[in-house]
Amino acid sequence: MTDRALSVVRAGALTTVQDQGRPGHAHLGVPRSGALDAPAAALVNRLVGNPPGAAVLETTVNGCALRPRCAVTVAVGGAPCPVTVNGRPVAWGAPVRVPAGAVLDVGPAVSGLRSYVGVSGGLTVEPVLGSRSTDLLSGLGPAPLTDGTVLPLGPEASAHARVDVAPQAAPPAELVLRVTLGPREDWFTPEAVGVFTTRAYRVSPASNRIGLRTEGPVLERALPGELASEGMVLGAVQVPPDGQPVVFLADHPTTGGYPVIGVVRAADLPAAAQAVPGTPVRFVAVRRR
Amino acid sequence: MSLRVLPVGDDALLVEVDSGAAAESLHAELVRRRAAGLLTVREIVPAARTVLLDGVPDPVRLTSELTAAEIPPAPPRAAEVVELPVRYDGPDLADVAAHWGVSAQEVARIHAGTEFRVAFCGFAPGFGYLTGLPASHDVPRRATPRTAVPAGSVALAGPYTGVYPRASPGGWQLIGSTDMVLWDHARVPAALLSPGTRVRFVAVDAVDAVDAVGAG
Repeated sequence: MTDRALSVVRAGALTTVQDQGRPGHAHLGVPRSGALDAPAAALVNRLVGNPPGAAVLETTVNGCALRPRCAVTVAVGGAPCPVTVNGRPVAWGAPVRVPAGAVLDVGPAVSGLRSYVGVSGGLTVEPVLGSRSTDLLSGLGPAPLTDGTVLPLGPEASAHARVDVAPQAAPPAELVLRVTLGPREDWFTPEAVGVFTTRAYRVSPASNRIGLRTEGPVLERALPGELASEGMVLGAVQVPPDGQPVVFLADHPTTGGYPVIGVVRAADLPAAAQAVPGTPVRFVAVRRR
Repeated sequence: MSLRVLPVGDDALLVEVDSGAAAESLHAELVRRRAAGLLTVREIVPAARTVLLDGVPDPVRLTSELTAAEIPPAPPRAAEVVELPVRYDGPDLADVAAHWGVSAQEVARIHAGTEFRVAFCGFAPGFGYLTGLPASHDVPRRATPRTAVPAGSVALAGPYTGVYPRASPGGWQLIGSTDMVLWDHARVPAALLSPGTRVRFVAVDAVDAVDAVGAG
């Protein structure tokens, strides 16, 4: 019997199964979820010969260690980190063959936050509403990994990519997020809108898969009171009463009652997913396409 | 219906109307148009006084279409009514009775005598914001939210009634509980309640409910 599975030797700080998420259910209160650094997840899948929607692992800060029960091809991307097999260094950002029973160790991120581990065949945990992603807001999908978790694998792809190393963008020293203003910029004073788009913010350590929290000059409201709950999009910059902008990431709530001053371009969100706490952030207003 | 279309990012629109009833009509019309192949969009997310359209291929064109659109004032009523058996035994029943100026029994009678409709969902998968009570029965949220509200709790806040699909923190006023499963992702559909669903709460005696669970 083939035993296509791997066991988790070291779960790391927060390692979750992620794919392209479960869009289309927001009207039921279901977040989209999915890999935060989607291009990195797609790349590791390509490197091991998986379709782009195969489920991968998303680590946080300090990686994870895995022991496959069968020989597998893996690729680690996203946040750069040391990668070893049975203690011997192997390539990051390239396909690596791991023998059955060997330990693949994905080390702490050297820069950035989240590394992605693609495994040939993909992780085949039970999908929920068409996705295997762990949604940390609503608890859908598999629980975050713990030591000893066993993850099933799909059939191995026939061929993996023939590359030595795939170039990937380095995590940013400064995070520049392009925003289109609105829909609720009129809830803020003109001065606050100016502050938001010119002054420096920093990534808060309270950031997570739900939102990139930032710290910086307080954004003053022009309108008091509460906004009635309304639908929220990926990249929405919501401003709670403390005046500190929060950029909604994949596990964001589908509706919210704090005004959205602007929306970050989707293309800038993968970099936001790799910004470590303390990283300077600038919001740059751009015209709507 | 007066309607305001606000662009959201590069590929979403927030359509704002004057009232919750108008938002429900607009939502029903947008769902109808999508089903008829007249509207291409990834998400239609109704809320209190808005409907969000996300994943819109041509937001500029859709904005002018919507601005010119005739929205029928009331959507056709869905035929089916979801009935939720409820024990009116919540810890905040007395507080709600005080807000309404009636007895606890009267709260149960009024609540179970009201036909509700799911205006929108949010907060958690399968959590519906149900409207139907008159505006005079609005209640405030609790000053201090509970850290754990049990699954199945029937609760009030503002103009809304909701049922907690799973245990979670919450600040709504708890008036009762139901054994119905609001969300089960192994079920099709996973959500018992979705926007537009009609809902009635049916009062059950606490003793009968315990017996029913024991017999099951």
